[in-house]
Parts: sequence; C-alpha cells; structure tokens
Amino acid sequence: MPQTPIISCRNLWKLFGANPEAYLTKMPPGHSYEQILADKYIAGVKDVSLDVHKGEILVIMGLSGSGKSTLLRCMTRLHSITGGAILIEGQDITNLEERGLIELRRSKMGMVFQSFGLLPHRTVLQNVAFPLEMRGQSKHDCRARGLEMIKLVGLEGREDYFPRELSGGQQQRVGIARSLAIEPDIWFLDEPFSALDPLIRREMQDEFLRLQAMLHKTIIFVTHDFNEALRLADRIAIMKEGAIEQCDTPDQIVLKPATEYVSKFTEEVEKSRVIHAETLIDPKLKATRNPVAAHATIHAIAQRIVEDDTAAIAVAREGKIIGAMPRQAAFDILMGRGDAQNN
Amino acid sequence: MPKITRITRLGRQTQMGLLLLLMGGAITLAQAYLPDFLHRLPSWSDLWAAGLDRFFSWVQNDLGLIYVTRAIAGWLGFLIDAAANILYGKSRWPRIDALPWSAVTALVALMGWYLGGWRLALLGGFSLFWTAMVGQWKWTMETMSVIVVAAPLGFLLGLGLGIASWKWARFEAALRPILAILQTLPFFSYLLPAVIFFKVGPTAASVATIIYAMPPMILMTALGLKQVPQEVVEAGKMSGCTRWQMLVRVYLPSARTELLVGLNQVIMLSLAMVVLTSFIGMPGLGAKLLVMMNSFKLGHSFEIGITIVLLAATLDRLSKAWVVKQPKHFAKGTPWWQRHQAWLICLGVFVFFMLMAQIFPFLNQISRGDSFSVGKELDVLIKAFLGLGFVQVITGSIRWFFNIWVLVPTEQGILYLPTFAVIFIVSGLSWLLGGWRSGVIGFVFFTGVAVLGWWDRAMLTLHATLTATLLAMLLGMPLAIWAARRKRRSEVMILICDIAQTFPSFIYLLPAIMLFGITPITVILAILIFTMVPIVRYTVEGLRGVSPEITEAADMSGATRRQKLWYTQLPLAMPTIAVGLNQALMFAFFMVIIAAFIGTRDLGQEMQRTLAGTHLGKNFTLGFSVVLIALTFDIAINAWAEKRRKILGL
Ligand SMILES: Nc1ncnc2c1ncn2[C@@H]1O[C@H](COP(=O)(O)OP(=O)(O)OP(=O)(O)O)[C@@H](O)[C@H]1O
Ligand SMILES: [Mg+2]
Repeated sequence: MPQTPIISCRNLWKLFGANPEAYLTKMPPGHSYEQILADKYIAGVKDVSLDVHKGEILVIMGLSGSGKSTLLRCMTRLHSITGGAILIEGQDITNLEERGLIELRRSKMGMVFQSFGLLPHRTVLQNVAFPLEMRGQSKHDCRARGLEMIKLVGLEGREDYFPRELSGGQQQRVGIARSLAIEPDIWFLDEPFSALDPLIRREMQDEFLRLQAMLHKTIIFVTHDFNEALRLADRIAIMKEGAIEQCDTPDQIVLKPATEYVSKFTEEVEKSRVIHAETLIDPKLKATRNPVAAHATIHAIAQRIVEDDTAAIAVAREGKIIGAMPRQAAFDILMGRGDAQNN
Repeated sequence: MPKITRITRLGRQTQMGLLLLLMGGAITLAQAYLPDFLHRLPSWSDLWAAGLDRFFSWVQNDLGLIYVTRAIAGWLGFLIDAAANILYGKSRWPRIDALPWSAVTALVALMGWYLGGWRLALLGGFSLFWTAMVGQWKWTMETMSVIVVAAPLGFLLGLGLGIASWKWARFEAALRPILAILQTLPFFSYLLPAVIFFKVGPTAASVATIIYAMPPMILMTALGLKQVPQEVVEAGKMSGCTRWQMLVRVYLPSARTELLVGLNQVIMLSLAMVVLTSFIGMPGLGAKLLVMMNSFKLGHSFEIGITIVLLAATLDRLSKAWVVKQPKHFAKGTPWWQRHQAWLICLGVFVFFMLMAQIFPFLNQISRGDSFSVGKELDVLIKAFLGLGFVQVITGSIRWFFNIWVLVPTEQGILYLPTFAVIFIVSGLSWLLGGWRSGVIGFVFFTGVAVLGWWDRAMLTLHATLTATLLAMLLGMPLAIWAARRKRRSEVMILICDIAQTFPSFIYLLPAIMLFGITPITVILAILIFTMVPIVRYTVEGLRGVSPEITEAADMSGATRRQKLWYTQLPLAMPTIAVGLNQALMFAFFMVIIAAFIGTRDLGQEMQRTLAGTHLGKNFTLGFSVVLIALTFDIAINAWAEKRRKILGL
C-alpha cells in the first residue's frame, strides 16, 4: 500500500525483568521464550513487526498471558519499549518524551479498558468530558461535546449518574464515549467486552460495529474470544508467548491456519459462516453464468452450492465478475470437511 | 544417643533460643559468683542525659531551630486563637463572641443527619446537648479549639508525606523506621520537646497532637494511592493527564476511602492526645479530668468522662459515616434549592438559633452555676457505694490478693534477675518466636536499655505491662472464645470493642481509680481494661475468620467442641490473635506511662518529673528505653505471626 501505515511496529520487543535493555542488547538472536524465561525475564512482546492501516480493524487475539495487552500498551506507550521501534503516522514515538506523549494522547488516541477504568467520583458526563477537561477546553465545550458523546452511545438521561449506579454494559458505554470524546484517529480497545455477560456482549459488539460504520477509525482491538475476533476483524493477529503466530484476514486464518496453535482456535469454528466467496477464487477457473456476491459467506450461498452442478461458480463484486471458485471446495467447507483439499 | 538425635531434630532456631534461655538461667543461678557488671551495669544515665542536652541545645540555639519553631508557633498560635475565639469567645483575634451552644449543637445534629440519618443526628445532638447541660461547654470547646486546628493540619501533613513516600521508595524506606519509633514513643516524649520548642499551652499541645496523630495518615495515604486500580491510572494517562493532573484528578479522588479513613484516625488520635496534653498545661476536658481525679472528686470525673466518651463517639461515627457516604445524582430538572437543600437547612437553622440566642440568653451560654451538673451528688453516691461493707470487702480482698500473691512476688522476681540474665532470656524468647533476626534485635535492644541506665525502672515498667497484659489475656480470651461461638454474639462483641477503642486512653483510668483509689493495682487494672479491647477483638475476628469448611471437616471427623477449638480453630486463628496481643502490649506501654501520675515507680514517673523542668536529655533517654522494650516485642511477635501465616497459607 502506498499510504503510510497509521501504526507501524518494527521488531518490537518488550521484556519484563531487572534490566531489560541491557539484557536485550546482549541476548543472542533467536533466543526462545523459555530460554529468556530461564534468565528471569518475561517476554511480553517478542520481536513483533506489524502495520496497521487507516480505517482498518486489527484484532489481537491469543490465550491469557500471551502478551496482547502488553503489545497494545506498547503502542500507546503506557509501557516503555525495550527494543525496536513504533511509528505513528510516520512519527517515531519509541522514545517520545512525556510532553510529546501527552500531546499525542490528547489529540490522536482513545482507549477502552476491560474493567472500564472509570473514575468513581465523577458522574457519567464528567467522566466522558475528562479528556477534554485535561486538554483545558472550556466548561461549555466540555459539556456540549460530552452530551453529544453520551447521546452517541445511547446513554441520554444518565449523564448525572455515578459509575456505580450503572450496569456493566452501561459503564462500558461510558468508557467508549470517553475514549471517543477527543475524536481520536486511533482507537485502542483492550478486551472491552470480556467483563460482560454473553447477551450484553453481543449487543455491545453490534454497537461497536454501528459506531465504526459511522466513524471509520483505525482500531486495535484485543480479545481472547475467537468468535468475537471473527465478527469484528478486518485482520486478526494471533499471539503466543509474546510473538505473532499469524496475522491475516479471518478467511485466511480459518482456511489456512499457519501453525498448530492457530488451528486449535479454528477447530471449533463453523468455517462456512466465516469464509467469503471471494476468498475461494481460483484464477485457473472460469465461469460467467449467474454469479454469487464476493462478500457473501459460503453459508449464505449454501443452497446454490448444493444445487449447482458445474465445477466452477462465478463470483462478482458490484455486478462485475471478478473470477470463479471451485464448487467442490466450497461444498467441502459447507460440509465441515477439513481444509485438506484446499491445500 | 537418642537424646542427641532429638536435639538435632529440634532445628537451628529452637536450639539457639533454648541455648540463650539456658544462659539466662545459668547467670541467674550463679549471680553471687559473677562480677558486678553482669548483675547491673553501672548507670550512665546522667552521661547520656547531659550529652543529649548539649546536642539539643546545639540544635536549638546554634543551628537556629528555635527561630523556625518560633515562626511555626506564631502561625499556629494565630490559628488556635481564631478557633478559640469562635468556639468559646477567648477574646483575641478576630474578636467575635463565642458561638451560642444551641447553634453549634443544632449544626452538629444536622451534620449527623446529613451523613448518617436520624441516629447520627441524635448522637451528635445529644452529645453536645449533654455537654452544655452539665456545664462543660467551655472546657469542651477549649479541647475542640486545638482539635479543629491540629486535625486538619495533621491530615494535610500526613497527606503530603504519604504522597512523598508513595512516590519515592527511598523516602518510604527512610520514613518507615521513624514511624515505627513514633508509634511506640511514649507520649511524654512528644510533650517535652513540644514544651521546650513551643512554650507551655495550646500551641505546644497542638504540635504534640499533630505529630502524634500524623503517622496513620501517612500510611493510609500511601496505601490508598497504591491501591488505585491500574486501569484507572491508565485511563488517566490515556486522557492526556500531566503528572499534577494525575495526582489531583485521578489518584487522590480514587483513594478517597483510604484518605477519609486516615482522617478518621487523625481525628481520633488528636482527641486522645489533646486530652493528654493536660500534662503540659493545656486547658480543657483533660486538664479538668486530671484535676478532678487527683483530688478524688469521682462524681465530676465521671461526668467529664461521659462527655469525653460522647465526644469521641460523635467524632468517630460522623467521620466514619463520611467515609461510606457516596455521592448520589439528582433527577433531571431538580431546582437548585433542592440540590443544595442540606446547606440551606443548615444555614437556616444556624441563623435561627443565632437569633434565638440573642433573645434567650439560656440558649447562648450556660455557666457552671446554671448547669444541671450533679457531680457533687454523684460523688456522694459513688463514695457511699464504695463505702458499703460488702463492696469494701470485695475490693479490699482483690487488692490484698493481687498485692501479696501476684504483684509483689513477680516484681521482686524481675528485680532479682541480673541484667544479663534478662537480656539473654528476652533474646532467647525472641529467637524462639521470630527467628534469628528477632533474637539479635532483642539482644541489642535490651542491652541498649541496660546501657541507657534506667534498668530497675525499665524492669518495673516491663513488669506492669506484662502482668496486666497476661491478666487481660486470661480474662479476655475465654470471653472472646465464648463470643465467637455465635455470629450475633461476636458481632455485638466487636461493636463494643469498636466503640471502646475510640475512647481516649485517659478514660480507662477512671473506673480503675473509682474502684481502687490511687494504688498500684489501679495502674494494673487500667492497663488490663485498656488491653482487653484489642485482645478480645482480634481473638473474635481470628476465630470467626476460620473458614467454615475447616470446622465442618472437624465436625465430620467427630471432633468434640473442645477438640475442634484446640486442634483447628485456635491454631488457625493464632496469627490474628498474635496481632491483637502485640497491639495490646503496645497499648499497655502507652497506658503504664500515663498512669505515672497515680504514683508508680517506673520510667513513666521519672518522665513525668522531667516535664516540670527542661530535662530534655533525660526525657529522651527514658523515652528511648520504652521504645527499645516495646519494639523488641513488636518485632518478635510480628515476625512470628508473619511466619505462621505463611506456613498456614493465609
Ligand atoms: N508489569 C508487568 N511486570 C511483569 N510482567 C508482566 C507485566 N505485565 C505483564 N506481564 C507479563 O507479561 C505476559 C503477558 O501479559 P499480558 O497482560 O500482555 O497478557 P494478555 O495476553 O493481555 O493476557 P490476558 O488475556 O490475561 O489479559 C504475562 O506473562 C504477564 O505475566
Ligand atoms: Mg490483557
């Protein structure tokens, strides 16, 4: 892509321990997680390189302790960085000093937390307006913008409530409103819905997608719930022991898990509901008759796949044919038969 | 051979402890043949005192500390004068008349209502109403005028130091031993420097009070700030807070609960100390109580005692209610006078009583002559009761029994022991309890006591505290075990202890003096009552804290009640009980010094004498003797409790 990425991590390292910088410079390359652990250091982030582009939703996904939060906190510089570099819109923030960081966060970043991180002594409105207040905006501006955000997340009428007077889902709406108050370009969410029960979580995911459809932010979203990742992601980065195992679109991850660790996550997934028609396009095949939509899931065109009797089915985007997919492969996915035939 | 294997199995710690105990025993047995210095070290007390005096005078005059303290005294005096003027009309700055008692009472009642409903309104209102009615308004306000200055200053200073110790680990490391010493330093050692640097009276009193009341605030502040959830901190940072904004808008408000708990403790300790500053000429409730007790006016003492207790309960309950009071939102469109209802009502009632007080002088001031005090009548009544035949028989025989069978023999015994025997025994016991560190500390600290040169008096202090604490355990533990059997009972017991713990220590002397007059038993009894509180409280909490699964398992193993208690509940509760015991000992050291004015022969007596003069050096050597003894116990018991806790996985 010609555009500069919004966030760019280059060989990023974050070690926890007594003297991580010195250790990292001395450490022989290719040291494994266990070897580092044996030296009494924890590799929170281990040699991660990653680009996030404008308007993209990148979901970071992995088991507990795999370093998701640590990676996210490196990007926001809530953690200092042990090695490598981070660039935000081309600006190197690896060693940005405090004043610059504050400026950056006040103008570009918003963050949502797993346990909400609301200030208990402030009302909903005061919580939402908090970042504006820190910027020194006038009382009137704070109030107007705060109310606007509260309306956006559907909490009108509750602006004078205190956090403890709200349910979990409502509290997280406050967290979301607060993180969006300064109109950030980059939106960080660390397991924002993990503390909520499944029904509310679903509702909040819809809410999240609705907001993103309006706002088009660049988003880093952390979760340990693979289904959530599949629902929300443009791309998923799967982490293990501080390193990224695979970073790809949901379709590709489900279709071609790069490692055993990744395929553990995909096993339980109903693949036909994830994989889209365009993913299966095979340049060697040709078909023109009666195309299916490129962004339709295999599940959505199940009837067509079962009833069709040709070898290739045409795929079209916005009425224009862009290729064809093998019917057998689609059929196998539909039947839940593994990816053996595809590879 | 079997003997040897047994000894090696005892473990290093036990061996060493026993060895030290044996050495102590050996020295005692062989004391007739030992050189003098093993029996008693020559007294160097005058040497230390002179040296310290020279040091203090150097700090005061050559370093110029006196100018600093004079400046502080000026400011403090100004604040206290203002408070005194408003509260009881002491006619200096700003020359306003005293607030009418009725207006103040109504305000406190309203505050109680706002913070905790009608119960607290009743408590606050009644306390002050009583105070006015028995004619103690002025004394109470004299006491309060120091508290309203000292408590906020103590809060602010504690807050500042707490923030500093949270921010800089070095600072905390340096502060910790100082706080440990401050918390065991006998209060006479607070008083004398205050007097020397700040002149006799309210200013010195408030300085001593501030220093005495501050330590818990420092600890609570640091604790509260450390407990602010990580995510809240990160949310603050991501909102673009500067460091100052983080502290003021994020950390401090999030630590509100701990800070207010700290404030509660500052207030209660201020009250406790202000009452005691009567020893350095601070007028008020404490001074009157001291005078009344000294002249054996039991009725008046009793009335003042009740006032102090009511005042303590009011201050404690109101400030605690503030801790739990959470802000609540108003429905949309609430008019402003409803939003600020509480303030408006306060203002209205205040103005009302101010006006009424102009019309009815009775609502303004009640002099002693007009009051409803029944002190004289009470005095006659109490003395008549104590003079009754059977009462005298009871108190007389208790006194006789304790003197002849308990106090005299044990006192003789402890004085009979050679200095080094005591040092070895103490260090051996500490070693057994807390391991080598505690043992070494015990050795060093008690040698320090010996070197400071007040050995016999120190032993008398030790004797009084240990005897009283042991008696308190003998009485308190069964009571606590009984209470812990039922949930309801233990709740009531803890509530009683909670309330009792808010009373200024001075109060505990009152019942003891009433029963036994001015005798050595009185001291023991006062300590005993005072130390019962933590012992009972922690025993109940420890026993109730044992998880029901464990007791159920014991039940299912067919344990009898007694077996269950001995084999499951007590061992598991022991670490908690040890904390209670430790607190009891610290209380005991505190009390035994206060009781000096009854006429003891220990360190406290000597310290009290130093107050009359300017013997700062002597005062400090005495004070440090107490600190060393108290810290030895503190360290050993805490080490033991900590270790047990780890072993039991609590
Ligand atoms: N401040 C810290 N000091 C030391 N170790 C840390 C610190 N923060 C995280 N770690 C360690 O780094 C590793 C990664 O932690 P991280 O919080 O990033 O995991 P995570 O993927 O977010 O897990 P979860 O799903 O539980 O939130 C863990 O092993 C953790 O123990
Ligand atoms: Mg995490």
